[in-house]
Amino acid sequence: MIWNEEAECMDQDKREELQIKRLQEVVKRAYENVPHYKNRLDQSGVKPEDIKTLKDIEKLPFTTKDDLRESYPFGMFAVPPRDIVEIHTSSGTTGKPVVSGYTRKDLDTWSEVMARGLTMFGADEDDIIQNTHGYGLFTGGFGVHYGAQKVGCTVIPISTGQTKRQIEIMEDFKSSVVIVTPSYGLYLSEVAVEEGLDTKSLKLKAIGFGAEMWTEGMRQELQNRFHAPAYNIYGLTEIMGPGIALECPEQDGLHIMEDHFYPEIIDPETHENLGEGETGELVLTNLTRQGMPIIRFRTKDLTALRRKKCSCGRTLIKMDRITGRTDDMLKVRGVAVFPSQVEKALLKIDGIEPHYQIIVTRPQHLDEMEVRVEASPELFSDEVKELVGTKKRIENYIHDELGLRVNVTLVEPKTIPRSEGKAVRVFDKRVFNN
Amino acid sequence: MKIKQLSIFLENRKGRMRKALDVLEKGGVSIRALSLADMSDFGILRLIVPDPDRTKKLLEDNDFIVKIGEVIAVRMEDEPGSLGEILGILDDNDINLSYLYAFVAKEDMAIVLLHPENIDEGIKALEINGADLITAQEIYSL
Repeated sequence: MIWNEEAECMDQDKREELQIKRLQEVVKRAYENVPHYKNRLDQSGVKPEDIKTLKDIEKLPFTTKDDLRESYPFGMFAVPPRDIVEIHTSSGTTGKPVVSGYTRKDLDTWSEVMARGLTMFGADEDDIIQNTHGYGLFTGGFGVHYGAQKVGCTVIPISTGQTKRQIEIMEDFKSSVVIVTPSYGLYLSEVAVEEGLDTKSLKLKAIGFGAEMWTEGMRQELQNRFHAPAYNIYGLTEIMGPGIALECPEQDGLHIMEDHFYPEIIDPETHENLGEGETGELVLTNLTRQGMPIIRFRTKDLTALRRKKCSCGRTLIKMDRITGRTDDMLKVRGVAVFPSQVEKALLKIDGIEPHYQIIVTRPQHLDEMEVRVEASPELFSDEVKELVGTKKRIENYIHDELGLRVNVTLVEPKTIPRSEGKAVRVFDKRVFNN
Repeated sequence: MKIKQLSIFLENRKGRMRKALDVLEKGGVSIRALSLADMSDFGILRLIVPDPDRTKKLLEDNDFIVKIGEVIAVRMEDEPGSLGEILGILDDNDINLSYLYAFVAKEDMAIVLLHPENIDEGIKALEINGADLITAQEIYSL
């Protein structure tokens, strides 16, 4: 089944015609309504009228996460605040979070693209979707929710956590599609086994997974454990949320919803546009968004675009699985973590040396983050309970900064290697390259 | 009546204790008493040595974190019940103990090192109740 055959199977001429029309409109709207864009375009000497072909998009300046942060909270809105009906934010890791505003029409678009994706997974009105993505400021929960409602599925908006309850509900409500992060999905399957549930008896139709780095091996594992095909969902809060690109049954790349999001791949160093099949940084432009149109957003996600005939019949371009980041951002249990945040937290504590290491592992399919900190005479106490208290205090500071529980290990002075130039502070021992 | 004690931060990692002991050996430091408190990822090595200030510097020069604290040393008969009697004094006086360690010093004589939360109150209670507190010099000369 294809949700919107007209949009998803459009031929090239028609699609490009639609895209350029929408691009011209969105650039004009952004220029006229968002001071940031007016300034940027003026500085670059580009006028909205200069966009005559799709290729002309390359004349436009990029938008970065910093730009969005500087416009906090509502500076990027292109409509009066009263027309905004919903707000989400990024996890707000490095400094202020990025705010994303949606008009009624934007929510319709979001529902539409997620509906297309869920239809790719095989979901229809008869399905019961158990949505374990968090509901709240995070876009994951609501994005999936809107799409599922659009399709007409029955949604179980359970959010993350309460794992035993999740399993009980899967069994009792006979959920047929489950939406997870890959690591939570694997954890869920383990608890299911502990609870004596035969996952085969669940007769799941599909698993949808997103919001984390993943590997083909992890997909296989999810599929084996739940006896159902697993499909990736890609999205980011700045542009909309989940639903920007999704996998079809071919499981070979994600179809980008090109009529709403215009993708480019650039060389992250030279900023030059790269050709099809070349791996670089994904840059996305909102073609239809009303509330907060974003032009040429640098996602910092590394991938490649491939236009090829897909057996599913869709003509939408495909992007590869995200293979890395251009910055030092880590995703730990779905939370974006920058080493600089850990540093910021540590600097609040007297007596801590600015030498630390972050070690991320995935011992039982769930991410664990350890922060190794050098002890100092100020931190050291003769009493075990005080030392344990110090460790807890550091953990709390980091938790406040990241929103993530980490394990702090105090190590002896001068045991964390000093490096010249850029220090290697992060050891991501999770395996993403298979 | 207070005995200086060195506390050394040790990572719970192979070879760390040995490294600390090597430093002491090279510096010619003879340990009078020792205890090791161990947590899952770190430990505290506590030492009684004849020249605590010099030893502290020696260890610090070798990148160890060292604190000097104080403990009480009590001499007791090396027989069942002696330790219980001493702890009973602290208990009766409502004095909390953070940790202790003990060793047999000579034939028929054992020594317990005590670290109450309030060391002065500990000393007072022990003295009043006739415990045999000993000085640093006495420990060093054992």
